[in-house]
Amino acid sequence: MKYYRSHVLIGISDAALQAGVKEFETALRNELAKKNLQDEINILETGPLGFFGKGICLTVYPENIQYTDVKIEDIAELVESHFLKGRPVKRLLFEEALKGQVNFNYANRIVLKNSGIIDPENIEEYIGAGGYEALEKALLKMQPNDVIAEVKKSGLRGRGGAGFPTGLKWSFTAPIDADQKYIVINADEGEPGTFKDRLIMEGDPHILLEGIALAAYAVGATKAIIYIRGEYKLCIERLRKAIAQAVEYGILGDKIFGTEFSLAIDIKVGAGAYVCGEETALIESLEGNRGNPRWKPPFPGVKGVWQKPTVVNNVETIANVPFIIRNGADAFLQHGPAKSSGTKVYTLMGDIARPGLCEVDMGTSLRTIINEFGGGMKKGIKFKAALVGGAAGVFLPDRMLDVNMDFESLKEYAAVLGSGAVLVMNENTDIVDMLWSVLRFFRHESCGKCSPCKLGTALLYDLISKIKKGEGTMADLDQMVMVAEMMQQTSFCALGQSPIMPIKSALDNFRYEFEARLNK
Amino acid sequence: MYEKIFAKYEPTKDNLIYILHDIQDEHPQHYLSEDAVQRVSEYLNVPVNHIYGVITFYTMYSTKPRGNNIIRLCESPPCYLKGSDNIYKKLKTVLGVKAGETTADGLFTLEFCACLGVCGNAPVMMINDDVYGNLTEESVVTIIEKIRGGK
Repeated sequence: MKYYRSHVLIGISDAALQAGVKEFETALRNELAKKNLQDEINILETGPLGFFGKGICLTVYPENIQYTDVKIEDIAELVESHFLKGRPVKRLLFEEALKGQVNFNYANRIVLKNSGIIDPENIEEYIGAGGYEALEKALLKMQPNDVIAEVKKSGLRGRGGAGFPTGLKWSFTAPIDADQKYIVINADEGEPGTFKDRLIMEGDPHILLEGIALAAYAVGATKAIIYIRGEYKLCIERLRKAIAQAVEYGILGDKIFGTEFSLAIDIKVGAGAYVCGEETALIESLEGNRGNPRWKPPFPGVKGVWQKPTVVNNVETIANVPFIIRNGADAFLQHGPAKSSGTKVYTLMGDIARPGLCEVDMGTSLRTIINEFGGGMKKGIKFKAALVGGAAGVFLPDRMLDVNMDFESLKEYAAVLGSGAVLVMNENTDIVDMLWSVLRFFRHESCGKCSPCKLGTALLYDLISKIKKGEGTMADLDQMVMVAEMMQQTSFCALGQSPIMPIKSALDNFRYEFEARLNK
Repeated sequence: MYEKIFAKYEPTKDNLIYILHDIQDEHPQHYLSEDAVQRVSEYLNVPVNHIYGVITFYTMYSTKPRGNNIIRLCESPPCYLKGSDNIYKKLKTVLGVKAGETTADGLFTLEFCACLGVCGNAPVMMINDDVYGNLTEESVVTIIEKIRGGK
């Protein structure tokens, strides 16, 4: 094996691609060759490095130095100064990281532990980081039921929003005798403000594949489908490469590791519909139909794709499984509180100093997440509210920032963990406008299958538009709540049941703003 | 064109969405014509009304001819907070069309879309397969001019 003096990791994300990272990489390689450094400095592509709005980002090991917003014009200086003479280029350094102000929390990561460190397009790097050990352990030393028991014991709950216990979900499907069972991965990430699954798939696609293989072994499925949204071009490309590599290495395909277990993973690309995040709507879409949700029961675990038993899991949920099997449920239970074990990936955005992602233990307070991992408020402007959980989320005011972010604690506040989106708003934000934007989203995304949601989302949008224009009355405010409550009770799926959450939390915490806008 | 695309897929209904994607991508005006729907219907043995149901359900499909470049501006809450409304106003002025319309020269179609999952860089838009983030009223002008110049 070649020995390199330094490794340069280039973060490849949509944002970096837009900043011209590919041209940058070619130019960097050329410059290194010009200085005859190509055998000393290794260039690797990796996933997003975890901070955004910073253009092209590099991490250099073993120095562990981060550069941000590097341009093609900087290459000559970078190579000459850093890679030839060993003096880092100060003006390009990511200062906050250098001062230890950015907490990447790598030591505590489960899902994103490799992201930004390994080359996601090289299976050997994943294997080198302990990847596929869990699958080997499961296939050679564990029975399917042992895998389910371990996941049950770990307390892992679904990370897509609802928080249903994963092991329990699997245990419904496992005992069913069927000629074909499926694992379906919900990668149709559409909750506004959520991009955690994209980061997992871009940064470490193999962790998802390994998790899928474990789930398939546990429930007896031999086919898996990743349903991914069409806009995630880079994810699709990386997953395709990862699947091809895994097949080539005998990790996927027929008789894996010489056992009787076989698995084929397929990628299906969605066509743009928020409701397809609902598992039965997703299944309808997979079958070539409009993405209208199905009646439950039967649940997908019993009758899913093509009426066959199907386990539908979110990307982040499944990405936790390799850790649980490799290290045991007890190791997983070390993270987070008892009833919400493990970690959670949050995406931070809005009026925050460092938009990006963080993975922290369940139960970490929102205040810590915003201040420690998001760098606090942008330009120091005072905090007003955070919309937590996406459109189907809740507006939380400052006094609720100390709430622990886990399923149980949030329930006490009638809030939800949702998808992990944290949209931070400063004191200049107009909450009426924000709620209008949320309700516009619901109006657009209602699938139209059931009347409460189809009519209700349109009515809610009309009411909030009236209030936004200053034409609303107290009766309109009351009607908004009444309609949303009625939708919560009568809508067919979670989409129509959700608008009550942003509406009620906005009115409970910021009612004065709405009242000030009314036409009295 | 149709034969080439059909050859890639078995004639089963679950391939409908992918066949429609491929046909739309191949068409210079990025849309699904009546002829296309008819051909797909025959190939898959699926009624035309089912296919229209699917096309009109998903936002990525269009039954109307569109421009060479499709601009999809995110209007979800994170981008809205970061001023996507102003970006929309600017795009309307620069292009001379509203959302859902195509410029007279056939170069651009302006559309709204829901969250693209690039919220760390809000406000965001996608032009064809490329994502553009941290948009300002100045930067959108530059982006549009660049595409206009390069045709």
